[in-house]
Amino acid sequence: MGPIRRLGHSLVISLWFMFLTFPIMVPKVDTIEKTVQWRWDNLLYVGAGSFFLSLLWRFLLERKERGPFRAAEREQKPDAPTWADRLRGNPRALRSVVVILALAVCIFPFLPFVTTYQVNILTNAILYIMLGLGLNIVVGLAGLLHLGYVAFYAVGAYTYALLYYHFGVGFWTALPLGALLATLFGVLLGFPILRLRGDYLAIVTLGFGEITRLVLENWGEFTFGPSGIAGIPRPGLFGMEMNLHEVTIYIYFLMVGLCLATIFVVRRLQDSRIGRAWVALREDEIACEAMGVDTRMAKLTAFALGSTWAGLAGVVFAAKTTFVNPASFTFLESAMILSIVVLGGMGSIAGVALGALILILTPEYLRAFSEYRMLAFGVIMVLMMVFRPQGIVTGVRRVYTYTRKGQDGKET
Amino acid sequence: MEYFLELFFGGLTRGSIYALIALGYTMVYGIIELINFAHGEIYMIASFTALIVSSLLALQGMTGPAVLLLTAAAAIIFAAAHGFTVEKVAYKPLRQAPRLSPLISAIGMSIFLQNYVMLAQTSDFLPFPNLLPDLPFVAEYLPFLGATEFFIIVTTALVMVGLTLLIKFTRMGKAMRATAQDRNMAMLVGVDINRTISNTFIIGSALAAVGGVLIASHIGRINFYIGFIAGIKAFTAAVLGGIGSIPGAVLGALVLGWTESFATGYVSSDYEDVFAFVLLVLILIVRPSGLLGRPAVQKV
Amino acid sequence: MKRLQMFAVICACVFLAGPVFAADTIKLGVAGAHSGDLASYGLPTLNAAKLVVNDYNAKGGVLGKKVEILAEDDVCKPEVAANVASKLVSEKANVVLGHICSGATKAALNVYKDAKVLTISPSATNVDLTKSGDYPNFFRTISPDDAQARLQVDFAINKLRVKRVAIIHDKGDYGKGLAEFAKGFFEQKGFVPVLFEGITPGAVDYTAIVQKVKFSGADAVLYGGYHPEAAKIVSGMKKKKMKTFFISDDGVRDDTFIKVAGKYAEGVYATGPIDTTKFPMAIAAIEQHKKAYGSEPGAFYLNAYAATICLLEAMNKAGSTDFAAVSKALRTNWFETPLGKISFDERGDAKGIGFAMYQVKNGKYVEVGK
Repeated sequence: MGPIRRLGHSLVISLWFMFLTFPIMVPKVDTIEKTVQWRWDNLLYVGAGSFFLSLLWRFLLERKERGPFRAAEREQKPDAPTWADRLRGNPRALRSVVVILALAVCIFPFLPFVTTYQVNILTNAILYIMLGLGLNIVVGLAGLLHLGYVAFYAVGAYTYALLYYHFGVGFWTALPLGALLATLFGVLLGFPILRLRGDYLAIVTLGFGEITRLVLENWGEFTFGPSGIAGIPRPGLFGMEMNLHEVTIYIYFLMVGLCLATIFVVRRLQDSRIGRAWVALREDEIACEAMGVDTRMAKLTAFALGSTWAGLAGVVFAAKTTFVNPASFTFLESAMILSIVVLGGMGSIAGVALGALILILTPEYLRAFSEYRMLAFGVIMVLMMVFRPQGIVTGVRRVYTYTRKGQDGKET
Repeated sequence: MEYFLELFFGGLTRGSIYALIALGYTMVYGIIELINFAHGEIYMIASFTALIVSSLLALQGMTGPAVLLLTAAAAIIFAAAHGFTVEKVAYKPLRQAPRLSPLISAIGMSIFLQNYVMLAQTSDFLPFPNLLPDLPFVAEYLPFLGATEFFIIVTTALVMVGLTLLIKFTRMGKAMRATAQDRNMAMLVGVDINRTISNTFIIGSALAAVGGVLIASHIGRINFYIGFIAGIKAFTAAVLGGIGSIPGAVLGALVLGWTESFATGYVSSDYEDVFAFVLLVLILIVRPSGLLGRPAVQKV
Repeated sequence: MKRLQMFAVICACVFLAGPVFAADTIKLGVAGAHSGDLASYGLPTLNAAKLVVNDYNAKGGVLGKKVEILAEDDVCKPEVAANVASKLVSEKANVVLGHICSGATKAALNVYKDAKVLTISPSATNVDLTKSGDYPNFFRTISPDDAQARLQVDFAINKLRVKRVAIIHDKGDYGKGLAEFAKGFFEQKGFVPVLFEGITPGAVDYTAIVQKVKFSGADAVLYGGYHPEAAKIVSGMKKKKMKTFFISDDGVRDDTFIKVAGKYAEGVYATGPIDTTKFPMAIAAIEQHKKAYGSEPGAFYLNAYAATICLLEAMNKAGSTDFAAVSKALRTNWFETPLGKISFDERGDAKGIGFAMYQVKNGKYVEVGK
């Protein structure tokens, strides 16, 4: 396209957007005082803004189409080296990256300019890494779209809150109990929906999530309804007295530990028999069944194991916030966790971690924009998907080669 | 009996409203298999446009059915324009992408549109004038039904019939059905896929706009967040009836409306949504592809 | 390499963000819902704080320093509120105006308590916040739920001679809390409510609950919640030509309610803070809002206005920003605010703020009893 046509095109687009946004952006009627405020200057901003953005948009889209991520090209030369691939292929570099990351994680809370808040939001992000990894089992590996994940998170949080409230149970006892209970709930949900496929499954999980939240809200005698449960103790460390900053750092390291454990287990699971069954289930349910995989069992375990991590994360959540009420467990939260998985790259651990860091830290760092914070966040979500539809890090498919001696060789 | 009838018609009104929004969901899903989470926001924007246009007209001293017609026309045009634009910006570039990517893009779009309206207009609830005509004969013959409710039910029914005819008999409708059945095949026989998808979004959004004007008149207040809850409900209705099926969406919406109404009336409104979702789960267990959905053909 | 760069940028953000503030201003944290579904309850508070702070800064600030607002959005979610609290503590906020929702306030207070930051909420009415004694750093310029419920119940029984009451609430922290207190007070007096139910806020239609009230034969409906739902229920009842009294709370005693419900609002009772509309300060505050933002102020605006004045004045009177000194100043002094002359008791509830019963007459709330 020539530059003149390109400009003309953008001009049309900017006119279109001026028309489109006119009723919302320009008049502001006060229905009570019966006055209208005409904000014509907004029209100008919209026009100019959309003109330049459409130029940029076009340019970026064309680049994306030409770029190395184009799907068709990808198939032609599957080993177009990406940063992640190169790292994987180079164990020494990988090791050094891991060491640097580990060091950074360890010294981060002790750096002089790092405040309690910084540690706190990073802890939060790590909590979401855990949630993302849990959901990744269900969505990324087994390919079951799950929109009610937050229910299991709530189960974990309320397990600790209620056990503490009624029986004074401590954090460390509640942690496995929360995980166990969430797993049970996962199995409970898993049974009725074994027959469902695709989006029907999605809506049932969404329904389950909503039912859980509504029950928490309405069953006042048991859950204390919307007033919630306050004064849940933070986890202790051998009865040491800690101030707020120290406790925050302690929870941070606790979370790092739990997250590492999660990563370890998820990695092992991926390579296990059941992990391969999940991937097969995701790729083609019928073929998978024909190969002798028990799809019911595979689905059930995916739900159960996915829920376990949500339960664990829930207990930590309750301990960290010291307060739970149903407002924390809305559908939007499920959507956010799902976005972490998809945006990061389904099925990839590094992707989920990056996705969580981006999606959880961005709104915090966008606080500088005050009211425009969530507006910007929405835009970022759309843009990331448009320009990186397959996620930030694409999951690697393991290639299993059959060797003549009858042994399974594994190559990456 | 009177109590039952009142609940019945209350549920019918509710269901009609859900149906108008659910249709947009189901049409988009049928054609590109996308759960369009931004659809509820289109409905919200339509209500805002209607509010602004009707207030402007009222300030000019206009009254009567002309206000309703002009307002509805404006709401439909702008909602359709938004639906069209959202598709071009957020979904079209993702047509070859993995299945879940457009879903996330839709969630982002939904967050963006909510905040856009909140910032450009207001976060407060705005009173919405009742634009619907007061039909005196309704009170006479149908004592259980308000004039507004009557108008909503009749309009919804008319819109449904119109939509069915459109899909069944026009060239555009045929193109839509062909695309929904097999996109590649439709392309081969000369259907312009991009245009058909755009049309689907435009029609779905226009229906949401009709819903927006009706509901806003019925409820009498709007804010930037109304789209979210309505969207979830409509989505539920669409799935309940069998997503992708147009009569299914209507049936699902009505069943949902009645369930909520009767649950509130005979049990407790504390758990009205719980009942709705429990019903959904039960129906899907018995009929895994919804009430009227065709069982998914498993291609091997 | 692009991803490496991106990663580096993210890391840099994580490590370097967190602006370093100079210590020569007084920092007033303003925390509440500034986006999301409850933004309409949080944004008016921010507006009030901005207006008051501008006034003070024009007069030379507080303790000789300019006042700076740190506005933080908590979306009324507890976990975000806790983050926001730790952010404000990290940024060394001297005092905090907020939070808006009781749940979020509870979650945030634990953080403020450890850091000895004083907060005044314009809108968190949950009784436990003050009565439990757990939060010595918490004050509020709004009465707790039980005070309102008691007035409603007394008024209904003594003035309106109500025998059968239906209690409806919006399942929210505020509405349900209030409804439960009202239920308790009614039962103490020997009246068992004929209906006690929650409705879903934001639903498309409330005809079913209106039918239910109608068929329960209640003389009065007591509604705990906010005006959007109340307007819908009242309209529904009036359209069905029901003569049932409608009694509600501070969330409904808002002029927006009358404007939304229009002619159906006529005759509705609502409790609210003692009539402030005649106080010159309140009139001036509302005028100021209209001038600055071109619209009527929203919910809890005057409470927030008063709270900001109390916070800034208390620091002036205490002569420092020290937690103990400021909280002592709040408890021992009386402050001139748009809500009248107020002070605070030991637990943090405001003295001088009481409730009155109002009724909509000719499109205006008129005081009908105390």
